[in-house]
Amino acid sequence: MSAAPDPATADLATAGALALGDDALVLSHRLAEWTGHAPVLEEDVALANIALDLLGQARTLLSLVGDEDELAFLREERAFRNVQLVEQPNGDFAHTIARQLYFSVYQELLYGQLAAGGEAAPLAPLAAKAVKEVAYHRDHAEQWTLRLGDGTETSHARMRAGLDGLWRYTGELFRPVEGLAVDWAALEAAWLETVGGVLERATLTLPEGPRATGWSAGAGRAGVHTEPFGRMLAEMQHLHRSHPGASW
Amino acid sequence: MPETIIERGSRSGAESGSGPRTGTGAPAAAAQAAATPGTAPETAFEAKIAADERIEPRDWMPDAYRATLVRQIAQHAHSEIIGMQPEANWLTRAPSLRRKAILLAKVQDEAGHGLYLYSAAETLGTGRDELLDKLHAGRQKYSSIFNYPTLTWADVGAIGWLVDGAAIINQVPLCRCSYGPYARAMVRICKEESFHQRQGYELLHTLAHGTPEQHAMAQDAIDRWWWPSLMMFGPPDDESAHSAQSMAWKIKRHSNDELRQRFVDICVPQAEILGLTLPDPDLKWNEDRGQHDFGAIDWSEFKEVLRGNGPCNEQRIGRRRQAHEDGAWVRDAAAAYAAKRALGAAGPGEAAA
Repeated sequence: MSAAPDPATADLATAGALALGDDALVLSHRLAEWTGHAPVLEEDVALANIALDLLGQARTLLSLVGDEDELAFLREERAFRNVQLVEQPNGDFAHTIARQLYFSVYQELLYGQLAAGGEAAPLAPLAAKAVKEVAYHRDHAEQWTLRLGDGTETSHARMRAGLDGLWRYTGELFRPVEGLAVDWAALEAAWLETVGGVLERATLTLPEGPRATGWSAGAGRAGVHTEPFGRMLAEMQHLHRSHPGASW
Repeated sequence: MPETIIERGSRSGAESGSGPRTGTGAPAAAAQAAATPGTAPETAFEAKIAADERIEPRDWMPDAYRATLVRQIAQHAHSEIIGMQPEANWLTRAPSLRRKAILLAKVQDEAGHGLYLYSAAETLGTGRDELLDKLHAGRQKYSSIFNYPTLTWADVGAIGWLVDGAAIINQVPLCRCSYGPYARAMVRICKEESFHQRQGYELLHTLAHGTPEQHAMAQDAIDRWWWPSLMMFGPPDDESAHSAQSMAWKIKRHSNDELRQRFVDICVPQAEILGLTLPDPDLKWNEDRGQHDFGAIDWSEFKEVLRGNGPCNEQRIGRRRQAHEDGAWVRDAAAAYAAKRALGAAGPGEAAA
């Protein structure tokens, strides 16, 4: 674990690392909630594996900012900088897959840019490693989107509902994050094209409706979250907070 | 993670649901039809067993050998997937990110072990769906140890140290089991289990040397998990009905009591290093035997848990059944998608929504 944040290095890259680290931490937690009751044993393995990749990314990113455990377990809800998309409860498997599709496509494109970009040098090595993992996550989400979209009537309807329900949280993904040298407009265009392409192959279409309302566009990045997130943190932080100063 | 061979004694004849299925392997089925005691296939089988060679899926084997293996492998596979529950219970509350990563990897390993083992059972002609149906219907068992609850974080450590430790002692001899696919699966499983055991021990060591509250949490976990762990080796030898035949077939290599003694002898010095007390006033070194004496096991508890009256039997199987039912539409969708692709002509993704 690294030392407490040093004001001299608590620069823009640190703000970026915090945002991306919180995204990975929170989504990892949500995916871990599936463990032991996935629809098929292979998915217990896959979802846990993705959760583990994300947890690894979170630990690396948060360690750039400060002590990973202090950041994960001792911050209040309003201090978390993750997008609201990743904190949304799992819902059914289609809802989880819709969240995975939206987020993994975003993360792959974002890390791709960071890995290539010189200005964000502090995050480039991490991004170069993570983008390879995320490519698998995206493929996993894509393969399931095809199966659920083009499977049965039930699965199609559930996938549709998952995509629609989470759509309002996708606008926030493209709000510039301080300290990340990313072409956000290009990122959004590529995201729409990629997600739209997968959905078309899955006999689905991009949802319609607003995705930039005041409560979901940029709110998570500013520390405003949704109600279920507080309960998630209560569970996640309870044991650590119950034993102040203890080592685990 | 779990052991495979508890429950032998109390369940003889109770496994009629997991009978042999020889019909799927044509060579085996043909050989089976021709085989009567003393004829060539049986002699070849006996000779392989005697020579410590592996029996492979296409080899002739006695119906009862096949049935015993299916029962044991299925029970082991079920134990892996049910065993995910008590540990997943703490995944969302792990007190540090490092511990969370370790636990997540461990539970993922268990799902992987389930996959290998169901595959091993499949080589005997019994598929995963059929075995899961039997588990869900209560016609096949899983290790009773998972019917105990994980009440504190220290239980995660106790499961690693004691439950995985006992499982390893049970399972290492299975790497030399006479049935090839099972033996090979066990080699990999045992390597991973030994990581889990060390991780659990290290977790407990940290707690035992932490704050007074953490130490107490660790001791409490050991107090609750010690005796159930000893029961994992199954009933005493003189009450273990399946053992003799399994030993003769070299599915099993050591008796229940022998393995249990080995476990106790290994744990005693480890507990001393932890600074924790094993909850058995009769536990002491016996100079003459060169082994530890230990107190009487409460087999009535074991039988009650086995009968379905343990603290978590209903919860564990209910949750498993619920997950399976909740996932039915997903599996249906995957099958429907595959069927559409198999039809082929329409091309990918062209069907109307």
